[in-house]
Amino acid sequence: MSEAPRTFRFVSSDRRVREDRRFVVGKGRFAADIAVPGLRHVALVTCPYPAARIVGIDKTAALAMPGVHYVLDGRELAAATLPLAAGLDTPHVPRRPLAVDIARYAGEWVVAVVADTRALAEDAAERVKISYERLPFVLDAEDALKSDAPLVHAGHGSNVLLDRTFVWGEVERDFAESPRHLSLRVKWGRSSTVPIETFAVAASWDPWREMLDVWASIQMPKYPDQTATALKLPASSVRVHYDVDVGGSYGVKRGIKHTVLVGYLTKRLGFPVRLIEDRLENMRGGDAHGPERLFDVDVAFDDTGVIRSMRMRALDNVGAYAGRSPFQLGKPVGAIVGPYRIRSVQYRAIAVTSNKTVQEAVRAFGQSPTNYAIERIIEEVANSLGLDRLEARRRNLIRKEEFPYLIPSGSTYDSGDYHTVIDKVLAHADYGALVAERDRLRAGGMLAGIGLATCLEPSGGNSSFEPLLNPKNTTTTWMDSCRISVDATGAITATMHTASAGQGHETLVGTVVGETLELDPERIRVVRPDSLSALPSNSPVGSRMAVMLGGAAFHAARKLREKLVAIASHDLGVPLERAHYREGGVFDRDAPERRLGWMDLVTVAHRNFHKLPPDMEPGLSVSHVMQVPTGGALPTADGRVQMYPCFSFEFHLILMAIDPELGKPEIRRYVVGHDCGTVINPKIVHGMTMGGIAHGIGAALYEEFAYDDEGQLLAQSFMDYLLPSSHEVPPVEIVHHVTPSPHTVFGQKGSGESGYLGAPAAIASAINDALKPLGISVNTLPIKVSLLGDMIAAAREKIGEPQGVE
Amino acid sequence: MRVELTVNGAIHGVDVEPRTTLLDALRDNLGLTGAHAGCEHGVCGACTVLCDGAAVRSCLMFAVQADGIAITTIEGVTPGPGELSILQDAFCETHGMQCGYCTPAMILAAHALLTNNPAPSRGDIVDAISGNICRCTGYAQIVDAIALAAERIRGVNRPPEAGA
Repeated sequence: MSEAPRTFRFVSSDRRVREDRRFVVGKGRFAADIAVPGLRHVALVTCPYPAARIVGIDKTAALAMPGVHYVLDGRELAAATLPLAAGLDTPHVPRRPLAVDIARYAGEWVVAVVADTRALAEDAAERVKISYERLPFVLDAEDALKSDAPLVHAGHGSNVLLDRTFVWGEVERDFAESPRHLSLRVKWGRSSTVPIETFAVAASWDPWREMLDVWASIQMPKYPDQTATALKLPASSVRVHYDVDVGGSYGVKRGIKHTVLVGYLTKRLGFPVRLIEDRLENMRGGDAHGPERLFDVDVAFDDTGVIRSMRMRALDNVGAYAGRSPFQLGKPVGAIVGPYRIRSVQYRAIAVTSNKTVQEAVRAFGQSPTNYAIERIIEEVANSLGLDRLEARRRNLIRKEEFPYLIPSGSTYDSGDYHTVIDKVLAHADYGALVAERDRLRAGGMLAGIGLATCLEPSGGNSSFEPLLNPKNTTTTWMDSCRISVDATGAITATMHTASAGQGHETLVGTVVGETLELDPERIRVVRPDSLSALPSNSPVGSRMAVMLGGAAFHAARKLREKLVAIASHDLGVPLERAHYREGGVFDRDAPERRLGWMDLVTVAHRNFHKLPPDMEPGLSVSHVMQVPTGGALPTADGRVQMYPCFSFEFHLILMAIDPELGKPEIRRYVVGHDCGTVINPKIVHGMTMGGIAHGIGAALYEEFAYDDEGQLLAQSFMDYLLPSSHEVPPVEIVHHVTPSPHTVFGQKGSGESGYLGAPAAIASAINDALKPLGISVNTLPIKVSLLGDMIAAAREKIGEPQGVE
Repeated sequence: MRVELTVNGAIHGVDVEPRTTLLDALRDNLGLTGAHAGCEHGVCGACTVLCDGAAVRSCLMFAVQADGIAITTIEGVTPGPGELSILQDAFCETHGMQCGYCTPAMILAAHALLTNNPAPSRGDIVDAISGNICRCTGYAQIVDAIALAAERIRGVNRPPEAGA
């Protein structure tokens, strides 16, 4: 489908990011900055127990306070609204903004208080008296599977939301015929993206116009639809303003329960209402934790280390309610073998409820834990054979000449050159010298390791995991759109139809439209109409905007070009095939002096109907709604589906040193090879890669939403939940490679997730290499300093190695 | 209670509760929304402003404590409508941000650094922004921006107050 030229004027050039100008002067327009007249504020009363029956709610003292307007409980809200949308077909796991009769995790919202100020609302929240009867609870995913486990939702009959086994290819035969088998259990701990801006939403109901205006820090597909449905409003009565800057999201800014809550309150009370989570509300009750996943992986391989088959059981603890998060077990199906030639796979995906905070979509949508599991097992295959870890990977990697490459679960990888990317990284880093440095560190008494990881980043998502995991769901499109209008003065305005959280989408649209129209991108104004003026969008999830919004902008611009050419051809009396577009004008290829310039064309389109070709609409406005490349089919009965059109590749290489006395890991060198096809904006791709790696370092070493045995979240502030600072993130060297995708207009692929996909696996690899001389390994993330220090001390004691002075 | 805040060179009399933070007073009373709330417990640094030239977390300071202190916000280091300071321009040049939420605070932290140390090493820069969490960038392009700004300010041979 690619028609675009492969040499570019603006695409791939190191241009500035247009959004940056407003941010550096503090003029971003974040949800908390939007001053709606008459705004009142919400604070929440939350359940202190992991499971409890709500016996009584006494609102009297709170309501008696001056400036307090309302105290809302779950029963009232439930009577007026529908349950929030769930991804799976789980009607007996209803999820609502405020708990109804039973609260199912510590921190769950029970009551909302509305007052003149947030501080006053918090004061009043302290005076709401709620009596509880404590109930049995379950925290651990394996415990939740047991027959005698307390049920998080009694009506559902079990804690299992999803238990589906897929078999792709001859797994039994491949295991039987393989001389070697290996099993490994690895665990990905519960963490999240934790943006610096918490979730914020303001809503204002106009009962005369019957319109709910919403300003929110969102990154969520179908957000207006879901809000309207839960509030029992036509979606044409919900106007979501997309021209709100979102202060980081990386997946989690879904906020549907927040929005339904304030939507109801503004309708009920007749004035605008805002909820901005404080950090505790965000971390405990914001329903934004990430996957917590236990993997049991078996592989069958031969004596040379070539893996023939894999069985993977993934058990995910999704917390107390089912939102969209169980689908995070579905996305990995689209790259279930990573970049490797594993010819058959059995995949069992289990999602269970527990009395923990609800899970939400997190960067890479479940692929990062799975990539960690795959990378761990391939290193164990190498170790079991005494084979170099790099060589084991090379033998299993899909080769350049094998693309397009069909994996067992039904996705065809578009393009790639994995061996070359790795070779470029090794050459850049001087791999031999890096290994020598590791050995020098070891000789000096340090623990030191080389970390290696590959990862695939599926991009341009079409949400096929929905029909894959929910048979009632028939989604086969996940479109995005762009409209371009040229006004009568010749100015150009392009639209996008979603909010952004720092991904530079305005720059993307401007660059692509400028490239296609051969005009300076600075001439292209990019705006975000509200949801009632918008074309369809599915929001910037799944590394999809370079492919989908970039694609839509390209196709819209092509339509505009075609219209301009048709106008000129008619007006100049030149056959269409001789009318040639260049830089905003159209000329006769055989007589270039016969030419219509930009303003000539604009004037004809806007004012001279008599000069337009017959049947042409006047004006200069075009739009394109783009279907996902390669998408459009439902999964087969055995669960095969093309889940993403494009697959980026990364290779991470780390040198890690660990002080054996402290157990403190230190990244001495970090090199990443990156191939996301044609780069549209190098600054943006660079930043996404670096930021993803920093995020991965956090997930691998520092960040965890740990719970105690009583079901209390232990990480409730940034003193306990440790985000990497500038000290924890080392300089990262990026080695670029470009393998264009055949499915996209410029050859671009997605790039928002790959740093986060590879870094945790690479850090785990480095630490395990460092621990190898001690005869131990670690198969859980995060690998915190305390854990590492204890493991090292125990191992050294066991082997009789002298310890440092206590 | 009544407090006089000196912000960006102008004196503003505002009525605040004793418990009102400087951050809330700047945002809610003065409409200076460039300072952002991130954690409200003094870790993330998104609320950083300059108090007598030093980078301070405005979420940990009461408005009433700021009486008599010269406060500078991001709005105060912007040279004029449509213009950027050298530091702000350098952040654009390297794309030292993504979502922009921590950015004003980062720039003010960098401003405080360059005022005292016109030729910082990369280590100095890393130290200076280590109290400001950025979740988007991994810091590399932020460090690049500050190094670039320092170089440019030295190049124009004038103190950072005049342009950074």
